[in-house]
Amino acid sequence: MIPGVGITHVLIVSTLMFFIGIYGFLTRKNLITILIAIELILNSVAINFIVINKYLFPEKINGQIFSIFIIAVAAAEVAIAIAVVIDFYRINKSIDVEHGETMKY
Amino acid sequence: MFYILAISIVVFSLLAVTSRKVMRATMYLLFTLMATGGLYFLIDYNFMAGVQLIVYAGGIVALIVFAVMLTEKIDNKTALPEKIKMILAGLLSVVGSIVTIYILLSHPFKETTDDIGQSVSVIGENLLNYGDGGYVLPFEVVSILLLASMIAAIVVAKRKFDN
Repeated sequence: MIPGVGITHVLIVSTLMFFIGIYGFLTRKNLITILIAIELILNSVAINFIVINKYLFPEKINGQIFSIFIIAVAAAEVAIAIAVVIDFYRINKSIDVEHGETMKY
Repeated sequence: MFYILAISIVVFSLLAVTSRKVMRATMYLLFTLMATGGLYFLIDYNFMAGVQLIVYAGGIVALIVFAVMLTEKIDNKTALPEKIKMILAGLLSVVGSIVTIYILLSHPFKETTDDIGQSVSVIGENLLNYGDGGYVLPFEVVSILLLASMIAAIVVAKRKFDN
């Protein structure tokens, strides 16, 4: 509990972060920057879980456990995405999404 | 202190999605994630702040930096998105955040005032608890998922091409 700061202030910050991530996801063309936008979205959701856990149900720990799972899934996702990006670069010599029309092996 | 962190989160995430150099976007993402870790410290969840800093700021950003260095030239600028796409996506984000913030402001949250400190051992016991309300099954599923994704990453990245 932060003295003088209500839960809505923190939730507004995470909302802004989420929609900035959506904006980046829709406008970017480079695969790595799209990945960065996805990280922003996941991180804002983790903030929401933690803050609601702290402000509304401080005697429970479900929010913390769910954000641990979010962080673990984000780590797994980034590992695979990086491998795919490197593979994509070797096929297309570029990591812009419009160069990836073919998906055959 | 909270407002400094909040402003840096918003400003750095905006820079991370608009910066045209990929390496700089990655560094702005790192600052955003570190400010989030500071937010967790501020509400006394020290374990979560540590996990955030180690896994996100340490691991994920390092992986992204490696990917940037293996693929792009550092000072390459990424292509600018089309005007119409930028306007539509910006409109969608602005309208979405206005609607969400309006709902947040009009919803009465029942905040509790009691400040219960929590130790890390409670989290650990809950993650390994197989009784009622325990989290051992999702914990194991996430472990298998991490293992599978590491193997998949190796297999995908080591693929050979004949052409």
